Amino acid sequence: MKLALREKIDHSARLLFRTTGLLVIAILGGIFFMLLWNTVAFFLKVKPMDFITGTQWNPSGSKASYGILPLLVSTCLVTLGAMAIAIPLGIGTAAFLSEYAGKKLKNILKPMIEMLAAVPSVAIGFLGIVVLGPGIASLTGEPNGLNALNGAILLSVMALPTIITVAEDALHGVPQTYKEASYGVGASKWQTLIKVTIPAAAPGILAAVMLGVGRAIGETMTVLMATGNASAFPKGFFHSVRTITATIAIEMGEVPYQTTHYYALFAIAAVLFLITLAVNLIGEHFVNKFRKYQAA
Amino acid sequence: MSDQIKLSAKDVNLWFGSKQVLKHINISFPKNEITAMIGPSGCGKSTLLRSFNRMHDLSPDARIEGKFALDNLDLYQKGLSVTQVRSRIGMVFQKANPFPKSIYENINYGLAINDVPKADRPGIVENALRESYLWDEVKDELQKPATRLSGGQQQRLCIARAVALRPEVILMDEPCSALDPVSTAKIEELIVKLKKDYTIVIVTHNMQQAQRTADKTVFMYLGEVIEHDTTDNIFNHPKNELTANYVKGHFG
Amino acid sequence: MMKKLTPLLEWGTLLLSTGAVCFFLVVILWDLISKGAPSLSWEFVSTLPRAGMTKGGILPAIIGTVLLTMITALVAAPFGICCAIYLNEYAADNWLTRIIRACIRNLAGVPSIIYGLFGLALFVQGLHMGTSLISAGLTLGLLSLPYIIITTEEALRRIPASTREAALAIGATQLESIRDVVLPSAVPGMLTGLVLTLSRAAGETAPILFTGVAFYINNPSGYLNQEFMSLPYHLYMLSTQHQAIEQVRPLAYGTALVLIIVVFLLNLTAFYIRYKHSKDE
Repeated sequence: MKLALREKIDHSARLLFRTTGLLVIAILGGIFFMLLWNTVAFFLKVKPMDFITGTQWNPSGSKASYGILPLLVSTCLVTLGAMAIAIPLGIGTAAFLSEYAGKKLKNILKPMIEMLAAVPSVAIGFLGIVVLGPGIASLTGEPNGLNALNGAILLSVMALPTIITVAEDALHGVPQTYKEASYGVGASKWQTLIKVTIPAAAPGILAAVMLGVGRAIGETMTVLMATGNASAFPKGFFHSVRTITATIAIEMGEVPYQTTHYYALFAIAAVLFLITLAVNLIGEHFVNKFRKYQAA
Repeated sequence: MSDQIKLSAKDVNLWFGSKQVLKHINISFPKNEITAMIGPSGCGKSTLLRSFNRMHDLSPDARIEGKFALDNLDLYQKGLSVTQVRSRIGMVFQKANPFPKSIYENINYGLAINDVPKADRPGIVENALRESYLWDEVKDELQKPATRLSGGQQQRLCIARAVALRPEVILMDEPCSALDPVSTAKIEELIVKLKKDYTIVIVTHNMQQAQRTADKTVFMYLGEVIEHDTTDNIFNHPKNELTANYVKGHFG
Repeated sequence: MMKKLTPLLEWGTLLLSTGAVCFFLVVILWDLISKGAPSLSWEFVSTLPRAGMTKGGILPAIIGTVLLTMITALVAAPFGICCAIYLNEYAADNWLTRIIRACIRNLAGVPSIIYGLFGLALFVQGLHMGTSLISAGLTLGLLSLPYIIITTEEALRRIPASTREAALAIGATQLESIRDVVLPSAVPGMLTGLVLTLSRAAGETAPILFTGVAFYINNPSGYLNQEFMSLPYHLYMLSTQHQAIEQVRPLAYGTALVLIIVVFLLNLTAFYIRYKHSKDE
């Protein structure tokens, strides 16, 4: 092939590659624009204040009401519960892997965690119905165990692999010299872990937690299947709740396109998008902090 | 020995980010001679070498000033094909970097992309392997992956890959630094032999190597050319005190 | 006495959390395998559902998931690989590159249901593709894109600069050096990332809910403009929406087990590629 032609091809390829890079921006921009457009369409019909402060989500009632609060509180409740379980377990497991487990044990545990991460959310939701639900029901005496607690436990299982992997990286990245200094003044392994290693890895652990939160807030199928989906205002862990994601999943399949209800679902999706964006940005901030610290 | 200038750099300054790595370099390399560039680590000798075949084009934070020329061709002029520059100025790297392909393909690849007629290629491959003293060792296993060769063989394959394209200049960036003495001796012998067809610039840390192979030697320090003279003068009658200290092994 | 006991207690706390995590996995696998295995048969994976889903097999769901995953790969792999090449081989460290990278990281964090909405607005309605295999495949392709970019770029980053320089130094253009030298060396790493991403996509449900999946298709044609069945959605429907839930529970277990097997097989493939490659080096 002639040189001029080869260089022309090279140049075109460079343009093609660059275009795909720009398209990535367009996709995120497109998602953002789609949510914004439909949210604006929604706010032309419903007052933003009613949306933000309304305590009732009942789009199909005779007098439709579009209050996001019950959905938002449900989402937060389930996520909070999931984190209450996943954070201690995740950090504990990460610490075990990074500080105590030998190479052989690590070679068994790590693939197990990867396997746990690979289980599809719909399968975990299914087990929430057939295993965890009846279990909770028999403990509490409720007719069924499809409630916030069930969702929280399942979400913790889904968030755990993320939290463990990122937190272990963080703990592992703490310089050996820090630990040696601690041993040098007579601290035990446990004291070193609690007083030196974990504080030193704090930004990385926080990043792990934020990533776990992001995963839990945005999860759909598990909560859709396991939390019962009652649209009343959530009363607690032992009551059925309906998260933002579950609401979209249930209602989008049934609503006619381009109605107020349809736009309302995009509006709650926009809220969800902003929350996950914020959570991810905070997580990223901590990751960067941790990297800088590691590089220093 | 002709004194015709083959390769030259004039008023060259080079920065990586805000750090100036080359300062006011003026240097020229005569045709069909071997010039060694010596100096302590970080003195800029590899950076200078890599500037000649525009290897810094891919580092976005490198900024280059000054004029580089091959014969009378301005190597950094606008519109010049960098691909063509590189096929005229071959390069051998510090660590042997054969392609993850067969021995034959390692040399044939350059011929194929540079549009050498298909019928000529097997002959050129054989010739290049003979020129690099590798033919007798590999002629029966040309289809073997190049990565299975020993370190010294890999480096000779890389030299064969460079000479197969019949460049005018071969740049060598510490070609023996990762090799054992036996392989080093073979490659040095090869370098000296290649002199009659090519202009060679070799960066080395090894002062014996410079003395054994080079006609001229350049001593660089902190991004500047301190002294440039015949190898004999540099090692036996250095004019500059820094050069004298370095060749006596007092630093670096 | 206390001195000996405390370290044991402390160590035990960590061991207990690790044990709990393992316990979760064991429960999941044990329950699905022990209750799902009796439903598995050649008939189950090779026939259509019968009698209002209460009998018969899940063949259309398997076909749907396989086709959907293939379309996802066809959409996301070329796009993602090109983008990763741009970022690792061409892009300078400037504001544009930083924006692209930030977008990729944020795309990876966007909830899957929002991809579903985007697919609905863009492909189903905007581009008039309707609820169809192609709409769902494109949606899942977008969802998979950031993961493919990230894993491909990691694979490219592991190829040393000297490999690229070797090709450039003999007069290859940058494209030739990438195509002939860099990509062939990076293939195992890229393949591992691709297969892992696809195993995730195969199990996704939320993004396909409104873009093309259907509860029942008696004639899985495989046409791109048709609706389709898929394993994860089939499991969801059987376990929550069917009118005879208790009666179809064995079928739901069987579907869950097949889904898990598909996903784990893809994962095993990825690990095998990674393992084989690490041995080769």
